[in-house]
Amino acid sequence: MAQPNRAGFRAAAPPALSFLLGLFVWELGVRALGVPVFLLPPPSAIASATFAERALLAGSLVTTAEGALAGFALSLVLGTLAGVVLSLSRWIERAFYPYALFLQTVPIVAIAPLLVLWFGPGLRAVAVSAFIVSVFPIVASTLSGLRGVDPALADLFKLYGARRADSVLKLRLPSAIPSMATGWKVAAGLSVIGAIVGEFVAGFAEGRAGLGITVLAAYRQLRTDLMFGAVLLAALLGLLLFALVTLVGNWLLRRLRAV
Amino acid sequence: MRLISGLDRPERGRIVIESAETDARGSRLAFVFQEPRLLPWRSVLDNVALPLELAGVSREEARRRARAPLDEVELGDALDRYPDQLSGGMKMRVSIARALVTEPLLLLLDEPFAALDELTRQRLDERLRALWQKRRLTVIFVTHSLSEAAFLAERALVMSKRPGRIVLDRASELGPERSAALRTSVPFVAETAALYEALEAHGSA
Repeated sequence: MAQPNRAGFRAAAPPALSFLLGLFVWELGVRALGVPVFLLPPPSAIASATFAERALLAGSLVTTAEGALAGFALSLVLGTLAGVVLSLSRWIERAFYPYALFLQTVPIVAIAPLLVLWFGPGLRAVAVSAFIVSVFPIVASTLSGLRGVDPALADLFKLYGARRADSVLKLRLPSAIPSMATGWKVAAGLSVIGAIVGEFVAGFAEGRAGLGITVLAAYRQLRTDLMFGAVLLAALLGLLLFALVTLVGNWLLRRLRAV
Repeated sequence: MRLISGLDRPERGRIVIESAETDARGSRLAFVFQEPRLLPWRSVLDNVALPLELAGVSREEARRRARAPLDEVELGDALDRYPDQLSGGMKMRVSIARALVTEPLLLLLDEPFAALDELTRQRLDERLRALWQKRRLTVIFVTHSLSEAAFLAERALVMSKRPGRIVLDRASELGPERSAALRTSVPFVAETAALYEALEAHGSA
């Protein structure tokens, strides 16, 4: 057991060291140069502000996580469904793929106010914003996975007169999982970004403020230390979601013997 | 092979099996490809059950009926293994069991053992002969190995290369009983030589 532990240490040590060194230089530099706290607070100030406001930040984190997760779930269901439908025929793909692409290229910041108009301020607009940002990677990875099926196996299914539903469920979807898992990972991180952008515009509703609102509020009060804390939590939330999706994806891949 | 199985359509002419035009759907034929073509995410038993499932048989019933052909290829003890846990020869046997599960009247094999070592190939040839004798189905077997052709065939057709024409149509003079010992006998060598001469005479390899 010593060997893997040592390997783990060797992998973890360099980034941990560089992180600590970075914090140290930051703390010293800010203090030595006398940088005002509202411009760039030292790590110690960020840590203590984050700790002091932990109740507020925890509430914000939960609110943002709800919006991001709801949007991500929506992307998973609708994106996968859309990918399957698009894969059924080239005609359907040509007719509808541009709209999926449109969701990818439309600047979310620009249409976020429209979402508030349509869905009202609060969780729903935030979730839809997260959905719009995260759905395209899922559609694209599902579609390319379904299309990339081994032609030899496709022949086998044709030989046995497989119905379309069978060939989707028993051949195309299982073959597509490795590609789809990649899409899920990209979408997981994006859904947090979409939720924060949604919050910037859709804002404060039902008495609950997400991390996006907390960042804005802290900015208006020049509480830069609190801003850093909220941004850090948003990044951690994205990382957590990414790790969760990666774990589920790897488990599925192992079950399907794709790795 | 692809034409006979209905995977491709002929540009000219027709292919008639049992007085019916070939059509992949619903015909009683099975195909063993050059590679095992197993689904990696399905166990041995589930791979063999697949053709039945695709024909609309329920999953439980398909799994029940998949056991017999697996016993026939002596894989009855590997039902729960996955393709990545099998040797090349075992995978090919699973592929043959999958072909047999629909009880086909016509079995097509396209160089099925080409990628295997000589000894495994000989064992599988013997097994295939035994299966054929038991089931009395029609087998069309494509191979580049003359000794494999001589060992297996009741009727051997030799095809030339480009244009692919049949240059020899020979009824085997070997009896129905073909054991491993046959491979070193004089009649077997004579049979192989006859196929070799036909190939040689038409300048192909």
